[in-house]
Amino acid sequence: MTLGLINANPVVHAKKERVARTEDPHGDDAVDPLEIYDILFEFFLSVLSEESITVDDKLGRILITFTPTIQHCSMATVIGLCLRVKLKHCFPPHYKVDIKVSPGSHANEESVNKQLNDKERVAAALENPNLRQLVDECLYSSEL
Amino acid sequence: MEFVDGRFELREIQKLEGHTDRVWSLAWNPATGVAGIPSVFASCSGDKTVRIWEQSHPAASWECKAVLEETHTRTVRSCAWSPSGKFLATGSFDATIAIWENVGGDFECVSTLEGHENEVKSVSWNASGTLLATCGRDKTVWIWEVLPGNEFECAAVLQGHTQDVKMVQWHPTVDVLFSCSYDNSIKIWADEGDDDDFVCVQTLDEPSNGHTSTVWALSFNSSGDKMVTCSDDLTLKIWGTDLERMHSGDGYAPWRHLCTIAGYHDRTIFSVHWSREGIIASGAADDAIRFFVEDNEKDGLVDGPKYKLLLKEEKAHEMDVNSVQWSPGEKRLLASASDDGTIKIWELASVPY
Repeated sequence: MTLGLINANPVVHAKKERVARTEDPHGDDAVDPLEIYDILFEFFLSVLSEESITVDDKLGRILITFTPTIQHCSMATVIGLCLRVKLKHCFPPHYKVDIKVSPGSHANEESVNKQLNDKERVAAALENPNLRQLVDECLYSSEL
Repeated sequence: MEFVDGRFELREIQKLEGHTDRVWSLAWNPATGVAGIPSVFASCSGDKTVRIWEQSHPAASWECKAVLEETHTRTVRSCAWSPSGKFLATGSFDATIAIWENVGGDFECVSTLEGHENEVKSVSWNASGTLLATCGRDKTVWIWEVLPGNEFECAAVLQGHTQDVKMVQWHPTVDVLFSCSYDNSIKIWADEGDDDDFVCVQTLDEPSNGHTSTVWALSFNSSGDKMVTCSDDLTLKIWGTDLERMHSGDGYAPWRHLCTIAGYHDRTIFSVHWSREGIIASGAADDAIRFFVEDNEKDGLVDGPKYKLLLKEEKAHEMDVNSVQWSPGEKRLLASASDDGTIKIWELASVPY
């Protein structure tokens, strides 16, 4: 099972031009939302917009909201899992990551959000060999 | 006990490393830590193992005495000692429950309980050690009867929750079972007749002033007439019952909401534990441990009891605190388990003015 089978004709968005930054406004150690966007952009072209990432460096918190490409997209929870795994590999472990679908973007918004942020269910899902394989495939294919 | 005039500080006694993944839960052996017996506790982890930590003498530090591995094939989510301290039950995401017997300091897996469809999330022994309750993602609560020869017979499969069941806990004195769930409710199960059938006798949900998101854990005060629950809705709730009525006749009396402790936590509260002397400890996803006590400086009993924050340990761990458990001994010792893979032992000490 691959993502291609679920959404065979995705809308492909052009990569946005970035505003060139001459200096980092947060200082050296701060996490820049643009950095996170770069990490995730490669990975799900059509599900994230730059505005949907907020970072609180002081508290070490990251909030990602994404828009599933289809309202009833059964892959929303898998996409959420992929985002979580991807971010886990890129940021210090003490960062708290919250992942949500954008308001109004999914038929079962509340239940998807609840599931994506229940760490026990996330841990169990990632121990499930089939789901784990799916997540790994998503992450691997996005890195090609 | 009066806490209002006291000053307290939390001292970190020891930090225990060994688990290679998040530590989900821990349990003190109730037969240790008292009468000069060095204290023992078990911890379980995403690394699929259970560790037994022991003091060599009552004043010594804790050391890992045993690693129980190669039995569970996935995360070990929960562990609980039988009241005698002889058996340890462990529940795992591999859908099984293992029963370990302490034979002269060595732990042998003497039984494996199968029946849950998928992840087992919690295990609890009743006060006499004759019944074991388990629950999991399959939305069911199971009651197992403990038979001679390390046999366990399924006595009931309780259906009622509409989502996965996060925790089961027996009442400390009466054989009434409590379960809390991802469906935001707490259910109370009791055997009302002579037919040995447990049925749901009460549901504490949103219309009964209950929680508005996942209920992760619950704990009773020492006498068993009050219960505290913690939730993803960032509150603790205190519930009360009529203990005399509970002890007479049918063993069940209704529980009602007494008060809500809100405004202190800003991420999910995973664990709550009530000490014998009345201090509520909470462990949350904001890495902090908090302590609450009943506030006696109030205007009569009209509004019911109120609770106040006694102390907050901001950075208790580097990551989420998954479990807080008071030790059974005389000292105010608390153990905490975290996503950072460590366990910490704390002492809540009085500070003289």
